[in-house]
Amino acid sequence: MSTLPKSSPRYQTSRRRFLRTVGLFFGVVGTSLATLLPVIAKWVPSRLRPPGALEEKEFLASCIKCGQCVQVCPVQAIYLADIDEALGVGVPYIDARTQACDFSCDAVQCVLACPTGSLSHSITKKEEVRMGLARVVKPEACLARHGLGFKGQARGPNFRGKLRYSEVDRWHPILVRDCPYDRELCDLCVCECPIEKAISLRPDDEGNLIPVIHEACVGCGVCEMICPVEPSVIVIDERKVWGAV
Amino acid sequence: MKGNFEALLVMFGKEPSKSQQVTEQAQAIHLAQKEQIRNLTKEERAEFKRDFKNAIQGDYSKKWRNRRWVTLIVINLLFTFSFWMDIQLFEGSLIASRVLGFHMADIYSAIQVVLAYKVIFINLIIGTVTVLIIWMLLGGRGFCAWVCPYHLLAEWAEKIHLKLVAKKWVKDHPFHRGVRTVFWIVFALLAFILGYALFNGINPVGIVSRALIYGPSLAMLWVLMLLLFEIFYSRRAWCRYVCPMGLTYGLTGALSPLQVTYNLSSCRHDAACRTVCEVPQVLECVKKSRANKVKIDIGTDCTLCGACVDICPTQSLRFEIKGLSLIS
Repeated sequence: MSTLPKSSPRYQTSRRRFLRTVGLFFGVVGTSLATLLPVIAKWVPSRLRPPGALEEKEFLASCIKCGQCVQVCPVQAIYLADIDEALGVGVPYIDARTQACDFSCDAVQCVLACPTGSLSHSITKKEEVRMGLARVVKPEACLARHGLGFKGQARGPNFRGKLRYSEVDRWHPILVRDCPYDRELCDLCVCECPIEKAISLRPDDEGNLIPVIHEACVGCGVCEMICPVEPSVIVIDERKVWGAV
Repeated sequence: MKGNFEALLVMFGKEPSKSQQVTEQAQAIHLAQKEQIRNLTKEERAEFKRDFKNAIQGDYSKKWRNRRWVTLIVINLLFTFSFWMDIQLFEGSLIASRVLGFHMADIYSAIQVVLAYKVIFINLIIGTVTVLIIWMLLGGRGFCAWVCPYHLLAEWAEKIHLKLVAKKWVKDHPFHRGVRTVFWIVFALLAFILGYALFNGINPVGIVSRALIYGPSLAMLWVLMLLLFEIFYSRRAWCRYVCPMGLTYGLTGALSPLQVTYNLSSCRHDAACRTVCEVPQVLECVKKSRANKVKIDIGTDCTLCGACVDICPTQSLRFEIKGLSLIS
């Protein structure tokens, strides 16, 4: 390039091509860096990740965005994030209210399917999972607290979420709307919890029964999904660990 | 071996150079061809020109293109239907999957993840090595032309681009090819330094593959932007100048036995092949007096798409499996 006189058309063409190429380089690298900013600045919503997910930074770094966890989940609880989550595009999350992870698969299939260890293979049992912690956010709306029962479809006739009702079908999860309830006192969150000793009804200061979360809670979100009150009385605080403030 | 090394350098961005050593046989053919061209009658000249014009306008057999499109669509739909029908034969997407139980992982995506996360996971290694072996045998960038769903979209965009160019509504703005190598290195460095696999987030191959399997996504807008860029500004820009996945597969196939080969003796040098090629720098040898041997393996940047094989009026470019001719 340097041997050509500056006025020569070949020099000009090659100079323009070089400048264009620099533009392309910064355009593409700039775009990729721009996907990082919303993640670091925490503009994207924090998500409930599938069982075994590493710490958020490591999780985003290691997830290869293949979706194999989506495919193995028997209740289709796992979704892949879209471009509005910037760098997190293609990374799996769970929306517990829509479809919680109820461990229908028995042995954390998503963890086994993960090819990169983003969902840590150190987990083998559902009791070892720590996705987050359930929290009673609207105690005043809880049916049990008012001594009320619940009769009918837990989430209405149009709800498409599934649960495995072992007494109905040991192997296949079925639609929640196909299994109506009839309870003297609403305890759906307690009776559908897949983990032992994670949640129970206890009297509060005024002597009214209210769900209380215990240390065994894994944050799977079944209580959030099944709660018949709209919006849910219980929600999952993603990634929260027991004892942390 | 030397030819292979030169092919690698050309893939990394070097301009193809004229070979100093030309075999006697090739020299003889070059001379004879010069003589032949000089002695062509007017009618023959006109016929050659007509052939070339017809070829450029698309009037030729699309045998390999059709085979390739069918293969590409079938492979991608197998993933889609496997998920829809929950038969678990093709699990995952083109970025990482289990195909009939075998782990597979795209090599550059895996490199990104390993550099960002800095932990090497055994299943990822197994998957990457499986893919490496497959494409070492099947010609590296064969992945691009025969499997990659973005490639197909880009081909359609290219058709529109070429129509607009023919009408002089747009112009192709080429970039320096070496920038693809720079992208490869920079994205690897960024993954290592920042601890995030930035490229995997903007990779259109992953976005299209996931959209095909898990349903449409807003991320396809980014892919649409890339396609518009290719239609209106620069022909096949992503595949030619950016995609580090493609470069990785190019490296993988450097010694592949499956290749497109060029035969000097039957070539008429009308270079129709170069007009349809995604990576015309690999077809430098078809230029008049350029071939240094009678038979030449097309360089490793070749995507084995077969467009040149289809368009060549004299069958001077063919698919070949190296070693097979030695046996028979």
